[in-house]
Amino acid sequence: MRDVAIIGAGMIPFGRRDEDSLLDLLAYSSLKALDDAGLGDKGVDAVYVANMGAGILQHQTSVASALVDRLGLLPAAADAVENGPASGASAIKNGLLAVASGYYNLVLVAGGEKMREVVGWKATDFVATMTHPEVEYPYGITLPGMAGMFTRLYMEKYGLTREQLIAVALKNQRMGALNPYAHVEMVITKEGIYDHPDSVVNNPMAADPLHLYDMCPVSDGSAAVVLCPLEKAKAFSKNVPVVIAGFGQATDTHTLQERDDPTDLKAVTLASQQAFERAKLKPSDVDVAELHDAFTILEIAESEHAGFYKKGEGGKAAEKGETSLGGRLPINMSGGLKARGHPVGATGVAQVVDIVYQLRHELPKERQVKNAKVGFTLNFGGFGNNIVAFVLRRPE
Amino acid sequence: MAVDMELEAVLRAPALEMPPYPPKVITLANSKKMVVRQARREEVPVLLDAVRPTLEIPRDYYDIVGVRLYAELLGWYRHRVRNEYCLVGQVDGYAVGIVNGRMVDKDIGMSYHTLAIDRGMRVGAHLFAAKMEHHIEYLGQQEVWITAESPIGFRRWMIEYGLIKQEGVQHELGGATSYKLTRDIYFETKPRLVAGTRPVPKKLLDEALAEIKVADEATIAEKICGLKGR
Repeated sequence: MRDVAIIGAGMIPFGRRDEDSLLDLLAYSSLKALDDAGLGDKGVDAVYVANMGAGILQHQTSVASALVDRLGLLPAAADAVENGPASGASAIKNGLLAVASGYYNLVLVAGGEKMREVVGWKATDFVATMTHPEVEYPYGITLPGMAGMFTRLYMEKYGLTREQLIAVALKNQRMGALNPYAHVEMVITKEGIYDHPDSVVNNPMAADPLHLYDMCPVSDGSAAVVLCPLEKAKAFSKNVPVVIAGFGQATDTHTLQERDDPTDLKAVTLASQQAFERAKLKPSDVDVAELHDAFTILEIAESEHAGFYKKGEGGKAAEKGETSLGGRLPINMSGGLKARGHPVGATGVAQVVDIVYQLRHELPKERQVKNAKVGFTLNFGGFGNNIVAFVLRRPE
Repeated sequence: MAVDMELEAVLRAPALEMPPYPPKVITLANSKKMVVRQARREEVPVLLDAVRPTLEIPRDYYDIVGVRLYAELLGWYRHRVRNEYCLVGQVDGYAVGIVNGRMVDKDIGMSYHTLAIDRGMRVGAHLFAAKMEHHIEYLGQQEVWITAESPIGFRRWMIEYGLIKQEGVQHELGGATSYKLTRDIYFETKPRLVAGTRPVPKKLLDEALAEIKVADEATIAEKICGLKGR
């Protein structure tokens, strides 16, 4: 197997993009990634497109075939990858395997979603289609609802506090305000969303005990990367190649009720362990991480299950500022899903793009983790039933 | 413009007595202090400046809301709408949102428009709540008739308040479906939807009363429908 590098990365501002079609979104970020790689007129061998909901939201299928044609990349191979909110990382994994195996030399991976075409509750319903069709969905469960119940259990079992969740929300919106690609660019305060009596209206309950500012927004957006064998990276591109040092993927039961302990995100632990083993690195080697904070609780729970903190310690670390810039392990310096936004098919790719920027040391100092050499991403599918993790490394 | 006051007296509608809305201050999610107060009739020209940039913004029906609000405010300014009032939300003196309505009679209020100029901090939701507070608590009305021109308005008012659909009742804003807020609904929802404290600290109130500042047109357009949207 060959080592694989990311030589191009691109992203467009997430948010509400009424004027652009899904294909427009995918094309914009793809072109940015191809330009970033400096490939010129070179084509790619294959294109993987991550998307969860075009069939439902846009009544459009075969988006990978459409994108290849739109970009003038014919006759490149093209596949769409659907793995719920983990579609992005799954698509990168497929590209990684294709390049590592030696079958392809240049692969474009794009992830995109256009969710603001429908009203909020329809978007929530669309995301809920990944729940169990017989024992969950018909009873009205939504992902925020699951996250609420999960949070309540986590509070009971590990002493997680609302202040710890708020620390994550404040940090991520603060970072989002510094990220030109972020959907939410508003700094919020603890006074405004928690301490002051008016916070009852500013930050209403959404899914007990989670409030409005514990939730990510519903977003449109896309992101893309270009992969090639590390050994050929310098021939293709002038960029610092970022090595995909390891990946992991694991699954868990479809329904939460079948898990021995619903607070135990086994697939997060397994996928992260696999990624670290393949990278021959440890969680303590990681300089910066992008975790899947669709809800503030997930950033904390994932930071523990991925091995960065012991169970019950992640929330405390967030509250102490250990996960902020300059802390022990800066998490979600992009603003995370919470502020960058969560166009579901794009998210896993966007996480990797953000880490690529970190490892290439290209970000302004307000978001750049100094001398970052190792990065980690975790893309969370379903409610923890399909997890894809990457360890990325800047070459020595 | 010359005005024949004899004829004007015929054209002007007699007005009901309307108790004033006492100003309050709301702490927003970003800790900024929004003063909510009743606008004075002589402030309408400035308010029109704040509304004008929205007239050509189709996103979220701002154009419809803006055009109608503009006409309603002008109607109030020129004494062509009976029993109208307008509340304005100000942060650092700047107009960040405007709401208006009128008394149909002593018991029934007619909610007109809610225009959030600065979006993302629930300014519109706060101001709509202030409008309901005015009708129920200060004007002492039994119910307020409400309609929505945008999906956001429908979600914020009809769903969040659990308003009652009124079959066959004509709202003054046209053919859209009419809903009503009753005193019971208001007091039931007040704890979770109506924010703010009184009295407003003198410095804040003086700043708000001194001048309604209006951001430039580009800034207003960006705040309402910035390239990324919110």
